[in-house]
Amino acid sequence: MMKEISLALLSFLIFPGLLFTAVVGLLAGWVDRKLTARIQWRVGPPWYQNFIDFLKLMGKETILPAGAHRLTFLMAPIIGLVGITLVSLILWQMSLHPTRSFLGDLIVVLYLSILPSLAIIIGGSASANPLASLGASREMKLLLAYELPFIIAIFTPVVVIKDIRIGSIITYQMENGMMFTHHLSSLIALIVAFVCMQAKLGLTPFDIPEAEQEIMAGPLIEYSGPPLALFKLTKAMMLFALPVFLITVFAGGMRFDGVQVILSIVKYLVVLILIVLVKNTNPRLRIDQALKFFWLWMFPLAIVGFILALVGI
Amino acid sequence: MSLKTFSLKKSIWVYHLSAGSCNNCDIEILDCLTPRFDLERFGICLVGSVRHADVILATGIVNRKCLPRVKRIYEQMPEPKLVVAVGACACSGGIFAKGYNIAGPFDKVIPVSAYIPGCPPKPEAIIDGVVKLIQSLDGRLSASSRVVR
Ligand code: SF4
Repeated sequence: MMKEISLALLSFLIFPGLLFTAVVGLLAGWVDRKLTARIQWRVGPPWYQNFIDFLKLMGKETILPAGAHRLTFLMAPIIGLVGITLVSLILWQMSLHPTRSFLGDLIVVLYLSILPSLAIIIGGSASANPLASLGASREMKLLLAYELPFIIAIFTPVVVIKDIRIGSIITYQMENGMMFTHHLSSLIALIVAFVCMQAKLGLTPFDIPEAEQEIMAGPLIEYSGPPLALFKLTKAMMLFALPVFLITVFAGGMRFDGVQVILSIVKYLVVLILIVLVKNTNPRLRIDQALKFFWLWMFPLAIVGFILALVGI
Repeated sequence: MSLKTFSLKKSIWVYHLSAGSCNNCDIEILDCLTPRFDLERFGICLVGSVRHADVILATGIVNRKCLPRVKRIYEQMPEPKLVVAVGACACSGGIFAKGYNIAGPFDKVIPVSAYIPGCPPKPEAIIDGVVKLIQSLDGRLSASSRVVR
């Protein structure tokens, strides 16, 4: 019993939980910044920049704004961090031991991946700042916009293989090859899920809640020091965990046998580079445009994919 | 040198405070972030909220209307905090020094750690000033204790 608990704690805190995801996530954040810089014909920051930023924020003062709800204000970043850590933990456990999968773990991951967005909404609303609440309300609208197509898209492969375990999705793909190259429905779902992921990560063209140039970092405007560092860390970890989620469901998962290790890394890098390219080549949408885009375009597309999956294509 | 100072030196987030400038200094500050000068390679980036910032880049003369806001913004900033006065106006009042509505220059209102003169200073001069400020950080992190000219 003691051994199991300590093992679980170890996997939550070190590998594949908090520490591992944080380190890879911060590195992914650097890839993002460096690529952005190169696209803009700049040199860009050194590889350790995000670690230093995190360290510096940890050493700064935490200010509680007057009128803010103290406990909620300080709890919000922790909620987000725990959520994304659990997402990463479950995904990697399933990738390492597909047999350990439990019924409905896909739904658990889906729910937990909403937590960071919820944390931003809670933190923004608790900080008693008009711009922060504006950002929080935008985040809420955006959540309503992308969550439905995202869930439908993630469920498309489930319909194809008729099993709702991440483990069985992975084993199915081990035997029959990648989901999206073999099923048209999954390809459509992958496109939808990719666009929704961009919104989930809060990157341009969907960085509406945090629009730096109009509402100054939105929900995060009142955060300083360690809580801000935790929010930044959560963002970085999402940049790692969410692409891994899509790869797990649609593109064969992260695997560790022989040449598959390199292939897994390549898959992740391709998704990351695509995200950065989309981010750098698009202007920011308004919130109403984003809602229209998701409900009028992405939602029907996701439904088409879903019906194709029901037919068995 | 402590870990705190070390990381602060490598990652300076600046907040741009314009208190009654003619807008030319502000343009030169933005110039520093463009591909030609690219301050991000030193970890310096511009942030939107003063709560996230380590350094205030201050421009302008601080007129009477601005005075309470400037003080308030300085107070809203988390420690450790530093202020850099950019431009002749911010350092001494410049061509507006005899103006009827001037409440500054900046060091009369809030503690200033570094002065970058020029009307407007070149981006090279701004980078030089920030570098000198970074070098002076080794000693102490109190804004009023160090003055770099
Ligand atoms: S120093 Fe010169 S350029 Fe800068 S704000 Fe003053 S008058 Fe304008």
